[in-house]
Amino acid sequence: MDRIPILKMGPHLLVTIQVDMHDQLAMTLQDDLTARIEKEKARGVLLDISALEVVDSFIGRLIGNIALTSRILDAETVVVGMQPAVAITLVELGLSLQGVRTALNVERGMKILAERVEADGRSRRRPEVRGAGND
Amino acid sequence: MQGTTERVPIRTPQDVVLVRQRARTLAAGQGLSLVDQTKVVTAASELARNTLEHGKGGEVLLETVENGVRRGIRLTFEDQGPGIPDVAAALRDGFTTGTGMGLGLPGARRLMNEFSIESTPGKGTRVVVARWK
Repeated sequence: MDRIPILKMGPHLLVTIQVDMHDQLAMTLQDDLTARIEKEKARGVLLDISALEVVDSFIGRLIGNIALTSRILDAETVVVGMQPAVAITLVELGLSLQGVRTALNVERGMKILAERVEADGRSRRRPEVRGAGND
Repeated sequence: MQGTTERVPIRTPQDVVLVRQRARTLAAGQGLSLVDQTKVVTAASELARNTLEHGKGGEVLLETVENGVRRGIRLTFEDQGPGIPDVAAALRDGFTTGTGMGLGLPGARRLMNEFSIESTPGKGTRVVVARWK
């Protein structure tokens, strides 16, 4: 069966959708990605949809579900590269992708994820400092 | 110019992908802009999925249309499924019979210039949409 590849990049996962997905393939991607987030303890997911020429309500809902599920598993999803024609169509369709983090391209998306990992590192160190001060 | 007419059966999820591809080719051939092509293809995808999931399969007729100097594309989706008991409700945003978000019909209507629907419970549903350049 066809599968969309999921690549590991440090603490993040990279998914580049390059085919026109039928619904079952899209559902498989959601399942595979959720399993990989857990297995790799991923901190972020970069979903590159720059090759997608159509995002209908089904794929739109899937993107929303991936973002929501990954957040519950403590991984941030950033959707990158949406074509302008797709964005215009999505809004007219009535889909706002609320709660889904987006970026213009892969580079900016990676920056958002890298900043998150960095911020996590800072907040993890802080309690130790406080602890030392109370002694 | 000779118009193009094409029938595509809708029986599997892969057929929905095929409908998208054929709608894209026809819309591009008629000179629709990239944004308008995307709207046509997205509407075609919503309606093809409805035909498959709610209509239990059917077919679509894809046609190029002309009205004087205007050119466009018309899509007719037909199924012999259970039909829609309350068409007015089905056309409202967020109305869903279960799995979806209820954007299919109202969304497709917004994306196209022309939209009509006939549905008879127990007989089936027919949706005709068109978009002009």
